Amino acid sequence: MPKITFVAHDGAERTIEAKNGMSVMEVAVNNSVPGIDADCGGACACATCHVYVDEAFLAKAGEQQEMEKSMLDFAENVRPNSRLSCQIKVTDALDGLRVTTPESQH
Amino acid sequence: MASGEVRRIVIAGAGQAAAQALQSLRQGGFDGSLTLVGDEPALPYQRPPLSKAYMKGEFEEERLYFKPAAWYEDQKVEVLLGARATRIERPNRTLHLGHGATLPYDALILATGSRPRPLPCKGADLQGVHDLRTLADVERIRPQMVEGRNIVIIGAGYIGLEAAAVARQMGLNVTVLEMAPRVLARVTSPVLSEFYAGEHRRQGVTILTATQLSHLDGKDGTVTGAVLADGTVIPADMVLSGIGILPNEELAKDAGIACSNGILVDRDARTSDPAIFAAGDCASRPLVHYGRDGRLESVHNAIEQGKLAAAAILGLPRPAEDCPWFWSDQYDLKLQIAGLSQGYDTHVIRGDPVARKFAVFYLRNETLIAVDAVNSPPEFLASKKLIMAGAKLAPAKLGDTSTPMKDIAAEAAA
Repeated sequence: MPKITFVAHDGAERTIEAKNGMSVMEVAVNNSVPGIDADCGGACACATCHVYVDEAFLAKAGEQQEMEKSMLDFAENVRPNSRLSCQIKVTDALDGLRVTTPESQH
Repeated sequence: MASGEVRRIVIAGAGQAAAQALQSLRQGGFDGSLTLVGDEPALPYQRPPLSKAYMKGEFEEERLYFKPAAWYEDQKVEVLLGARATRIERPNRTLHLGHGATLPYDALILATGSRPRPLPCKGADLQGVHDLRTLADVERIRPQMVEGRNIVIIGAGYIGLEAAAVARQMGLNVTVLEMAPRVLARVTSPVLSEFYAGEHRRQGVTILTATQLSHLDGKDGTVTGAVLADGTVIPADMVLSGIGILPNEELAKDAGIACSNGILVDRDARTSDPAIFAAGDCASRPLVHYGRDGRLESVHNAIEQGKLAAAAILGLPRPAEDCPWFWSDQYDLKLQIAGLSQGYDTHVIRGDPVARKFAVFYLRNETLIAVDAVNSPPEFLASKKLIMAGAKLAPAKLGDTSTPMKDIAAEAAA
């Protein structure tokens, strides 16, 4: 099972064994990782599961769809490595993934 | 109420608001006893996918649950499922359950939700006639969703239209009956109604508006057709009713707690009894940006009120009250709604409905009060903030797609 490390905005880290097929958001929520709200439950409707993806994994995390792109365009503190974690599917290729959560989702 | 006094919190109901309140209470540092009472057999789960991806079979059941079973153990939450709260004994601060058990509380959160408005006609109890509210409903509906069969959907609200889209995509023959002269009449403008009716018709759904259902016909106890007031019979192998919901307020009402189309609460989600809170579909709350009370049937509302109740119980500062928002997925259309459009005096269309990417802004006295954004996240996200800020916006500017939404928002905020 791929391991994903969540880094809080203050640097605190937590590594979790993730199940393939789940979204990175679901892995975070199921394990009560702070900093990810995911109010809409993964429908790409709310932009409250924003994370920064470690540069080395950006390509492996998959292409952004149009909807996600335009949602992120309006999120706070967006960076080039911003993603909505509900749109990243866990695969073996993501073993070792590190994502950082922003200070606030609003 | 100081946090020191509260050692026992009971939550009646196990939906979105309850799940949020549990999390917020533990995150807020509450380490006393926490009991969840749910009348369904399942742990708290998300309802939105029931009429969307889950109904279509594109979403595994385990992904519906807010938290895995282990979370409740870790967090020391006592979970009583298949249990119904029947009476609140306020003088002794005790909640009575259907099977005779009693739960004393220092604070009680009513997150009892809502129930489908029953079909008020003959034949509503036939086999093959369904509501769409719970996981158990979908388990009954899904095996009947077979290509080529006839489904009649009663009510063209969001639930009815989302189910129509799923049924059509699964190859059923779909007819939607609506009493009002247009679809989504209760919740949106004629512009959106026309767009969605057109979209469903193009997908092959038969939509009959201004149509009165007389009753349902059956044979050997199973539904066979929907009979209209004019005598027309529409063949039906199954019927799905989506004619609105009723707040589950009886538990509160019977205990003498103030109710009026929902359990009345203040901005802290507190009812007329200071030890009792209400959150979610069952509660009627102050809509601070609109200067009135109202009952919102939405995920955002359930989450927000769950947080408000938890904070008030723990004596923490009141969390922010955000602009109400909603979403609906039909076919490849994502509708995102911010604000409440009732009472608008002007609407502005931005973009082209034919291109299936547009937004309708609703203004009152030149102030933005709501938006319906179809496949248009920037318009939705910008409007959430502009509505909260009470921004005044010129209709001509809003409708001008050559100015990006970001620039319009920045200018309005300046």
